[in-house]
Amino acid sequence: MSEQNIFLLDGEEIAFAPGQTIMQAAQSAHKYIPHLCWHPEFKPHGSCKLCTVKINGRFGSSCTVEAAAGQNVENRTAELDDKRRTLLQLLFVEGNHFCPSCEKSGDCLLQATAYEMGMMTPHFDHFYPDRPVDASHPDVMLDFNRCILCSLCVQASELADKKNVFVMGGRGMRGRKIILNSESGKLGDTDFSVDDRAASICPVGVILKKRVGFVVPYGERTYDKAPVSAVEAAK
Amino acid sequence: MKTAPSPALNDPGIVPAILARHGHDATRLMQILRETQESLGWLAPETLTAIASGVGWPRAKVEGTAAFYSFFHLRPRGKYCVLWSDNITDRMLGNRELMQALCEKLWLEPGRLSEDGLVSVNTTSCTGMCDQGPAVLVNYRAVTRMDMARVEQMAELIRNQVPLDEWPAEWFQVTDNIRRKDALLDHGLVPGEALAAAMALGPQGLIDEVKAAGLRGRGGAGFSTGMKWALCRDAAGEAHYVVCNADEGEPGTFKDRVLLTSYADLVFEGMTLAGYAIGAKRGLMYLRGEYRYMLDALESVLARRRAERLLGARILDKDFDFDIEIHFGAGAYVCGEESALIESLEGKPGRPRIRPPFPVTHGYLDQPTAVNNVETLAAACLVARHGGTWYAGLGTGKSAGTKLLSVSGDVERPGIYEYPFGVTVAQVLQDAGVTNCIQAVQISGPSGVCIGQDELERRIAFEDLPTAGAFMVFDCTRDMFEVARNFAHFFAHESCGFCTPCRVGTQIVAQLMDKLETNHGSPYDIDEMFKMHRLMQGASHCGLGNSACNPLFDTLNKFRPAYERRLKSLDYEPAFDLDAALSQARQMTGRDDAGAHLDNME
Ligand SMILES: Cc1cc2nc3c(=O)[nH]c(=O)nc-3n(C[C@H](O)[C@H](O)[C@H](O)COP(=O)(O)O)c2cc1C
Ligand code: SF4
Ligand code: SF4
Ligand code: FES
Repeated sequence: MSEQNIFLLDGEEIAFAPGQTIMQAAQSAHKYIPHLCWHPEFKPHGSCKLCTVKINGRFGSSCTVEAAAGQNVENRTAELDDKRRTLLQLLFVEGNHFCPSCEKSGDCLLQATAYEMGMMTPHFDHFYPDRPVDASHPDVMLDFNRCILCSLCVQASELADKKNVFVMGGRGMRGRKIILNSESGKLGDTDFSVDDRAASICPVGVILKKRVGFVVPYGERTYDKAPVSAVEAAK
Repeated sequence: MKTAPSPALNDPGIVPAILARHGHDATRLMQILRETQESLGWLAPETLTAIASGVGWPRAKVEGTAAFYSFFHLRPRGKYCVLWSDNITDRMLGNRELMQALCEKLWLEPGRLSEDGLVSVNTTSCTGMCDQGPAVLVNYRAVTRMDMARVEQMAELIRNQVPLDEWPAEWFQVTDNIRRKDALLDHGLVPGEALAAAMALGPQGLIDEVKAAGLRGRGGAGFSTGMKWALCRDAAGEAHYVVCNADEGEPGTFKDRVLLTSYADLVFEGMTLAGYAIGAKRGLMYLRGEYRYMLDALESVLARRRAERLLGARILDKDFDFDIEIHFGAGAYVCGEESALIESLEGKPGRPRIRPPFPVTHGYLDQPTAVNNVETLAAACLVARHGGTWYAGLGTGKSAGTKLLSVSGDVERPGIYEYPFGVTVAQVLQDAGVTNCIQAVQISGPSGVCIGQDELERRIAFEDLPTAGAFMVFDCTRDMFEVARNFAHFFAHESCGFCTPCRVGTQIVAQLMDKLETNHGSPYDIDEMFKMHRLMQGASHCGLGNSACNPLFDTLNKFRPAYERRLKSLDYEPAFDLDAALSQARQMTGRDDAGAHLDNME
């Protein structure tokens, strides 16, 4: 790594390897940039926009923009966290999120990020979309009320499992959704298995394994013990 | 109610024949889906399964594409599907009243299939007929100039199940309405003339002329065409491609329609020039589904050009092979964005790609691709024939050449006007004929700018008012709030849904505008809209989301009284009438005293 391969993240010098995105470089340096649709195992998707930073004064998605020497990257500023709070509120009102009864509560990246950003209320009127629950598979159930359209299950199923059980289709807020790879549209009619990578990738409470629900009780889960910024920085 | 027959089983030979015609090629999925639907009426679950196994894609991927486009039907659609173009110009011509009348005559609600499965009536985004609206699509064929007499006759034809081919031919007539010609529309070139001149220059010489001409993209962004071709030519790849962007989805724009109708040779020749310049063998024209009616005419121009050795192998006896194929979109404005367009050409949902890389290096099938607007390619013919210096002499310093404007709205002579760049808005208005006082002109469509009556001396040019061509005029009787509300719903309908700010933000804005429309808004809601504007402008993934709040921002700044008239009070107002919501409870409890009304509760 040459000496010049350094950029500034909130004033701190961060070294990067050529070809790394700002997000990857920050992660390697144990710095937290908020994110929902990014996962180190997969290609950046660039859809949630929680990772929006300012690069030399211009907005950009840190998960897709490559790091470059001398960039001045603003991350946890009041302006950006304010935008992130609004984005989170948009995600909450477009789905049906009822955290107190959700099996994922405490392990959910959406909920944890909302705490991190100090989101106190959903602010906007709820859309209350009509979204399905699919219990047709013997080992896994799906509750699309909580889907944030991050496409991680799509990538996991396509690239890791080589199955394409989940595909993103449709258009706009009312149309875009996960489509399951069977004529009936049911998970039980696909070749999905509980051992698939896609079965454990969902950052929120959509893809849930049956019969293991509350093995770890509320209060002792990942983000109950430490905020997401600390959990991520420790990785 | 009759249940719709399962079409795939009805006619087992149709899907295999279509698949075979397209070589079972998944990148041709859009065309396979369209042709299948044209034969079978809709895309049933088992039809999609058959297509998926035919092209070798996972079924969900095929369904994902089909579900993205407004013109593909995954549920029975009815024998007649009537879609009213819902641009603001159609509204100003009374489309809503006409649609209501049609629905009443057919005994149905907009958006619902009739009980007998015969007909559905709904709206669609601008169909590019603003100079001859109100317009509709019947089974995706364009009908212009609707009026009450036509509505009555149409209801009759539908009830009697008269086939579309037997409907009055003049309904399907689309006229050019060319009102002013300049260098491009008066080009005087014969087919092959520009191409021969280009071949005398050689590919590099042609690129140099296009650079010298200062030709800039007419699709909106205004990127240097010579530079684009040079970057593409220099990019390494197995094959290079030319793509003509004929998606023309920006409401109020219809100039590409006219170029493709009466200047198709020039457009195809421009594509061929681009192919020669960048070293491509294949050109793809991506035509919006609304222009399906043009297909036969365009195919016959292509056939003639092949016969004249202007396309195909060894063009003009030189060592240059090039051919063009036509692809259709299926009702998705975002597919005008070049990377979404390329996704669509590959058979996928029109989702804008992460950029960089740009299409010039990684475009169609990940190969170097030059995407150009219809008008840009036509103008390139003038450059090839007359040289860069001549072309650069037209227009202004930073905006060489001429521009086609699609003029519609409150003018006497709506249609196509061609001017050298630099023309003032006032001049265009005078030529198009205005009788009433002008309140505003929306330049370049909803994603462009809205100017007020004190700005009419501004000029059409990249230096001042850049435009993809739309020019919608609103006189002093028009309600600019309703204009902005129409645009807000347009963006909410057309957002691809990929990124959070645009997917949800456009819906929030449309909802807030509706709240204001029903007089339930407050200044707080206006602040909320500004806040969404600031969020979407910076954080959206593509140009659609970035510009979706432009009309709102402009009209709020320039026509604020149109909004303030609607504000109920200076405080926060919920989106619905709380007191009215309690009426059912009052009825159930048999109470109607003061304490049962909200105003009186603390
Ligand atoms: C949402 C959106 C819609 C667009 N629609 C069109 C269109 O209908 N036609 C077009 O030529 N360009 C359209 N563009 C611009 C294209 O992305 C691209 O810049 C253009 O086709 C390049 O051609 P040009 O350089 O000849 O202008 C659109 C861009 C965006 C962001
Ligand atoms: S199901 Fe989960 S992983 Fe898949 S897109 Fe929705 S939120 Fe993301
Ligand atoms: S800005 Fe809108 S249209 Fe563009 S990618 Fe995002 S959701 Fe899709
Ligand atoms: S983490 Fe970058 S857009 Fe989602």
